[in-house]
Amino acid sequence: MERDLVCVVCPMSCALKVRLGEDGTVLTSGNRCPRGARYAAEEFLDPRRVVSATARIRAADAPERGEVGAVARVPVRTAGPFPRERIAELLEAVYALEVALPVRRGQVLIPDALGTGVDLIATRSLPFPPAGA
Amino acid sequence: MTTLKPDAVVVGGGAAGMAAALELEKAGRSCVIVEREEGLGGILMQCAHAGFGLVEFDEELTGPEFAERFAEKVLASKVTVLDGATALELRDEGERKVLDCCSAKRGVVRIEARAVVLAMGCRERNRGNVRIPGSRPAGVYTAGLAQRLVNIEGVVPGRRVVVIGSGDIGLIMARRMSWIGAKVEAVVEILPYPSGLTRNIVQCLEDFGIPLYLGHQTTRIFGKDRVEGVEIAPLENGALDLSRARTIPCDTVLLSVGLVPENELSRGAGVELNPATGGPKVDSTLMTNVPGVFACGNVLHVHDLVDWVAEEARRAGAHAAAWLRGERPGPELRVKAGANVRYVAPVKVDLSRKNRVYFRSLAVLHGATLEARIDRRVVRKIRKGHVQPSEMQSIELGPEDFADLAEAGSDAVLEIALV
Repeated sequence: MERDLVCVVCPMSCALKVRLGEDGTVLTSGNRCPRGARYAAEEFLDPRRVVSATARIRAADAPERGEVGAVARVPVRTAGPFPRERIAELLEAVYALEVALPVRRGQVLIPDALGTGVDLIATRSLPFPPAGA
Repeated sequence: MTTLKPDAVVVGGGAAGMAAALELEKAGRSCVIVEREEGLGGILMQCAHAGFGLVEFDEELTGPEFAERFAEKVLASKVTVLDGATALELRDEGERKVLDCCSAKRGVVRIEARAVVLAMGCRERNRGNVRIPGSRPAGVYTAGLAQRLVNIEGVVPGRRVVVIGSGDIGLIMARRMSWIGAKVEAVVEILPYPSGLTRNIVQCLEDFGIPLYLGHQTTRIFGKDRVEGVEIAPLENGALDLSRARTIPCDTVLLSVGLVPENELSRGAGVELNPATGGPKVDSTLMTNVPGVFACGNVLHVHDLVDWVAEEARRAGAHAAAWLRGERPGPELRVKAGANVRYVAPVKVDLSRKNRVYFRSLAVLHGATLEARIDRRVVRKIRKGHVQPSEMQSIELGPEDFADLAEAGSDAVLEIALV
């Protein structure tokens, strides 16, 4: 099975043709550099994305609606690239979270999300600056 | 009324303002940042997606992470932060610049400083700016406003979305809306090529099967109380082909149709603007025509990477500190945009030192060569390969490039061209 991909490593945007060879290696054509071949192999065998979203703040800690400067959600992301096929499942887990404040930037909110080995972390400290910082 | 008398005042507490203020402080200058929002960070705080900081920190961070790293440095420094405060007017009073501000917490604050760094960033172009006909129902947002609603205020702006314009904010919002469970019906771009990065086309549209209509204009927005749909039509050789118009039902329209530097304060202070960038015209020290008033970041020209904003803002801060010490630029050479170049910033270079000039191409070019010419004499040639308008470019030029300028005469011009 051959697949068409557009390389996103640099702005050249090479049109790649990717297929699996008989020995199980990924064969790429259309790339103008080795980084394109590497990207094609990853994107073909195990596409991953850094996923960002926002999580609910626990009701007791949440600001009043309409409060000036209020931040109603905690921004989060995966600490590294996460398997694309499982993003929907991950988002369900994120949307089920109730984050207690204070929260620190980089704090792990879901360790080893869905057993992938990738953590979900907060990307903002609330409040900022953190008390005692 | 409170009066503050720092050496310098920085207007805006986003990436540019923070980087400039830290540089002023490093040079031993007292400095106040005026920020309209509660807290520092500016537009970065609503950019929940990753992709910031590859140059600055060698990591791929989200907007709030990038901003907090700078904000921690600012709060640990002697820089005074006046947040939740709106800057109303900037004017000269003799040797001093006076910035009038007002805030709910502190009332009217008058800031008297000898140097000012403008770092107010941009505003989004809106429906009025691009003149989309039709009715005026609820549900039409700029992409950045929708981003703020979703990422900070926790409000879902709609369920069936059409994004007009293929700038990066629009593409990122297409993914964001998909991930919060909305259906993005289409992205409509008037140009024959996307305005955003290929990476975003792949990861924000193709991953979700969102159709991208290139070379299509939005000819109407339908709906009485709430948006019910949009009509789009293809452009053939610059003319609308209404026979091939189609209607896309939706309840929400997001506009990602460009950014314009926020110039109200600058205009009031008599700052001359550059029609090519929409921001102030600045010399080799990033100083505007008003002595002591500098500009950097998106208020100067729209950047695509915050890393370049920080780089430029540090230079603006350092130049402002130098100006406060009484230093003035050496002899300067005018810079202009040549073939296939939309703009250059700054519009002057200092002949006695290295200068970084940012520019954007006018079109997508393959196998392009960058030429720096002084009065048609090529002084530098760089192979660029692929260039496109959505990727800002830069070139560094120094004294070696300006050798034997004497024969060129005093009205010589440096031209940046892509051939």
